[in-house]
Amino acid sequence: MASEIIQQIINGLIIGATYSLMAVGLTMIFGMMDIINFAHGEIYMLGAVFAYYFTSLLGLNYFESLAFSIILVMAFGFIFDQLVLRKLRNEPTLITILVTIGLSIFLQSTVMLFWGPSPQGIPSPFPQKTIQFGPIFLTPLKIFMAVITVVVIIGLHLMIQKTMLGKTMRAVFQEKEAAAIVGININRVYAINFALGSGLAGLAGVLLGTLFVVYPNMGLIAVVKAFLIVIMGGMGNFLGAIFGGLILGVVESMAAGFISSSYKDLFGLLLVMLILIIRPYGLFGKKY
Amino acid sequence: MRKEIRTISVFSLVIMAILVPLIIPDEYFIHLLINAGLFYMLVAGLNLLVGYLGKLTLGHTAFLGIGAYTAALLNLKLGATFPITLTASILISFVISLLFGLIVLRLRGPYFVIVSLCFAEMLAIVAINWISLTNGPMGLPGVEPPKFYFPGLFEIYLDTKISFYYLIFILIVFITYIISRLVHSTVGRAIISLRENENLAESIGVSAFRYGLIIFVIASVFAGVAGCFYAHYVSYVNPEIFSFSYMCTMLVMLVTGGKGTIIGPFLGCIIFTVLPEALRVAKAYRDPIFGIILIIVAIFFSQGMAGLFGKLWARLKERKFP
Repeated sequence: MASEIIQQIINGLIIGATYSLMAVGLTMIFGMMDIINFAHGEIYMLGAVFAYYFTSLLGLNYFESLAFSIILVMAFGFIFDQLVLRKLRNEPTLITILVTIGLSIFLQSTVMLFWGPSPQGIPSPFPQKTIQFGPIFLTPLKIFMAVITVVVIIGLHLMIQKTMLGKTMRAVFQEKEAAAIVGININRVYAINFALGSGLAGLAGVLLGTLFVVYPNMGLIAVVKAFLIVIMGGMGNFLGAIFGGLILGVVESMAAGFISSSYKDLFGLLLVMLILIIRPYGLFGKKY
Repeated sequence: MRKEIRTISVFSLVIMAILVPLIIPDEYFIHLLINAGLFYMLVAGLNLLVGYLGKLTLGHTAFLGIGAYTAALLNLKLGATFPITLTASILISFVISLLFGLIVLRLRGPYFVIVSLCFAEMLAIVAINWISLTNGPMGLPGVEPPKFYFPGLFEIYLDTKISFYYLIFILIVFITYIISRLVHSTVGRAIISLRENENLAESIGVSAFRYGLIIFVIASVFAGVAGCFYAHYVSYVNPEIFSFSYMCTMLVMLVTGGKGTIIGPFLGCIIFTVLPEALRVAKAYRDPIFGIILIIVAIFFSQGMAGLFGKLWARLKERKFP
């Protein structure tokens, strides 16, 4: 029993880590740009779809297609920001929500046009057999997912804390006008921020698309989960997004393992509502 | 003068709406009008919340679904007729929105937005998995059309398109009357002040929570009524009713029509029931084109059609005629 619980917790942490990637992307976009990005799920889907096409049509190997699809998704985010979101910098949230809903409808239905009716899997380069660590069983794919998530999050943290770009991003995050006054091109920083957020969603898409399957509607559930995590942790809060993702992953995995797999999503939702009743600004959020 | 113009235009609109199905007795056309009317009931309530109070919700479908499932279950399991299912839908959406509102209306900004979305998703999960009650993803088919009867006196079945049209017409007139009275009352002024500046309004004693709750409950009850009508009209209810795409459609209608105006939701509902039909010509490219139109509309017409007409009207009035 105990080992089963540990196994479920580990599974939950690994899935939750990819949720965290997505949620960090979402919270970056919200925190800096005040955009509730409903297209985040479709960008996640886009990452997975690109990776599928690179591996199955172009015959690239898994790691190359992972890298290329993330680059493509980031380029897409950058261009979308410059073409569309740039015109809406001072509009209220409702308008940007509509624009991102429009983008999500566009992306989803466009992919639907040339995607077949059935879900596809991205072929995994790792052997299927499980590796045993004491009482826990893990597949190499899951280990790879955990490692890459940790590396990316630490890398992001270092970039934000140590580099010049990170410094400008933090400045814009804290005080837009003041940042603009001292000569930071905030328009460029916004675009880079949106691209980075999109890249994180794309990475999560490729990883989960390898573990599960890829299909054009996969973004909807994912974006709802990412939103849950982001508000659970506090909007615009990085640490909150990371912990929120891990918590949601563990809760879902425990609920699926011990209660009922068809109701597992319900528990995540209930958890978030409970947390918000107790702390209306999220676990790590500040009152505003 | 202004008041007279308004009265005349409202009357002519009402008479036009009464005459339309008689002039164009095309089944499909009337079906589209009924669809627009159904969305109007939802969007009008949403307009109170988003347009007048300034609180964005993404969980309006929750109450549409609650109304629809209430009506369908009562009709199928107990054989209840329309007046009873309507009363039940109103009561149940009233109670649930009151309880939910009491809990979540303390949340602000994006927190409220996401929690309202969660609520609709939760109901969808329950509707999919509680198979013994809701029949799961298969849904509940065979809801009867509305029937009004007094034992021994009269019995009326509303099962033609035209009778549905007039039923929804009466509901819409009723709802619009309530909304226009509400908006011009003390409550209306209070919620507009909350929209403009919540802190300032609260400082002079306008309770954001209390007025928010009043408006939230009213909007949700309208959605419940729409759900009840939906169940009897479509005669089939399934968990799709909670889907996010309905919510998107409502928001699009509200914003393109013009939020915070009485006429806006009418314009939005008519445009966005006609537009997808018009886009049918584009076949498979319909949805991508729809997405792009949405982005363009949000960028260039963020004030909505009502705002656009308002500007034109103001410009016409300013012009000095020689």
